[in-house]
Amino acid sequence: MVGGTTILPLELSGVIARVRGKQLLGPIDLTIGATGLTVVMGPNGAGKTTLLRVMHGLRRISGGTVNWAVEDGAARRKQAFVFQSPIMMRRRVIDSIAFPLILHGMDRKSAKIRAEDWAIRVGLGHVLQDWAPMISGGEKQKLAVARALISAPEILFLDEPCANLDGRSTREIEAVLKQAEHAGTRIVMATHNLGQARRLASDVIFVHGGKILEITPADRFFNEAKTPQAKAFVQGDIVE
Amino acid sequence: MDSISTGLMEAFRLILTLDSDLVEIVLLSLQVTVTAVAIASLIGLPLGAWLVVNRFRFRRLTISVLNALMGLPPVVVGLFVYLMLSRSGPFGVLGLLFTPTAMIIAQVIIVMPLIASISHQTIRDLWAEYHDLLISLNASHAQRIKVLLWDGRRALITAVLAGFGRAIGEVGAIMIVGGNIDHATRVLTTSIALETSKGNFAFAMGLGIILITVAIAVNLAIHTISKTERASTW
Ligand SMILES: Nc1ncnc2c1ncn2[C@@H]1O[C@H](COP(=O)(O)OP(=O)(O)OP(=O)(O)O)[C@@H](O)[C@H]1O
Ligand SMILES: [Mg+2]
Repeated sequence: MVGGTTILPLELSGVIARVRGKQLLGPIDLTIGATGLTVVMGPNGAGKTTLLRVMHGLRRISGGTVNWAVEDGAARRKQAFVFQSPIMMRRRVIDSIAFPLILHGMDRKSAKIRAEDWAIRVGLGHVLQDWAPMISGGEKQKLAVARALISAPEILFLDEPCANLDGRSTREIEAVLKQAEHAGTRIVMATHNLGQARRLASDVIFVHGGKILEITPADRFFNEAKTPQAKAFVQGDIVE
Repeated sequence: MDSISTGLMEAFRLILTLDSDLVEIVLLSLQVTVTAVAIASLIGLPLGAWLVVNRFRFRRLTISVLNALMGLPPVVVGLFVYLMLSRSGPFGVLGLLFTPTAMIIAQVIIVMPLIASISHQTIRDLWAEYHDLLISLNASHAQRIKVLLWDGRRALITAVLAGFGRAIGEVGAIMIVGGNIDHATRVLTTSIALETSKGNFAFAMGLGIILITVAIAVNLAIHTISKTERASTW
């Protein structure tokens, strides 16, 4: 957290998301408190991405309320989002990472110094001057994480940030996320990687069919899930 | 056949000796077209981007109008500008009719919709790509336009060059509003028309060769740029 007022907690109540009459999500009641690392789990199509986008304000809701502790505009400036498929600007890696800082008024030179620092932290030191759309899929995801963290957000949403990463890169990103958490960044992350969830989560939101079936501390989720769907998911079975 | 070959010889002689009439006409052509395309780009590029990032009530209508304007017959634009600038017209007092400025005005009207429309399509694709990121980073409308124009610059140069190609070869409108006056408003296309009708084929062909060379150069540039864009390294 960057001092001063906090934008947390985030409260969702009765939130519903629809597309052309089809209900994708909800009703959702949920509070994201000031600390912890929340992992959103659930099978494909469960509504994880939709839930994260609703929280970040990228998807309009058809019912209910999404409230931050401060007014929406102020809250938005302290959030960051890593998308499921990384968005690569047509710029060099270093310029892409520096982009949020420059956009918000930092001078180019200082922004690039910080960007280089972040690039090295996520393991992109060797491709600094490469064209961002040309780097590998895993490198793109690392870039997206660095670009999200560079503005020191109070809360960071990540949508499957390690989906294309090999074991080693996954650990590197996890280490970076843990550091960010210790530095005070609230993390909410969607994943269906059980191992990663076990390593990182302080609590788990289990989503299925657009509804939240469980919100529990992580150890309880993995050892004594209540719903049959969550149990099956934890055991690696197919969730019906 | 004979008139063609002697015409060609004479044409090359005029070009190689930098015939002063020829040079004057070429320079005026470039001056008018470059100025018109610059102005049209300054309006058209941001307009194209603005139409992408702003959702307002008459957006679709505006885009349709722009696309329709793109197909406007230049002669009609010439007539319109003529009426505006003629002594009895609303801007008659400015005394612009039959000056290079009048030709620039006509060309801006002809070329701006083309540039805006092409850049709109380009920017729309880029916006689809960047949308979530720019919204997430809370970029203002002005910032969105700036980022899209900058990151789409290679494709946008193609739009500008397409505008240049259309403007340099245009004859109907500038004939009407410029009047093809010797040493004043005579440009490549209008003098080719004139010299041909006078039977002065050598001079006409000399001008024609230059015009074709410019057009080919522009097309080559468009081709090269779209190719490097796919391999994109700048
Ligand atoms: N814009 C849309 N229009 C129609 N349906 C949509 C739209 N966005 C999402 N959906 C549907 O909503 C459901 C939830 O989608 P969402 O992307 O949130 O799932 P997810 O849990 O993130 O899945 P995955 O693990 O595959 O990323 C899916 O059935 C999806 O097809
Ligand atoms: Mg998803």
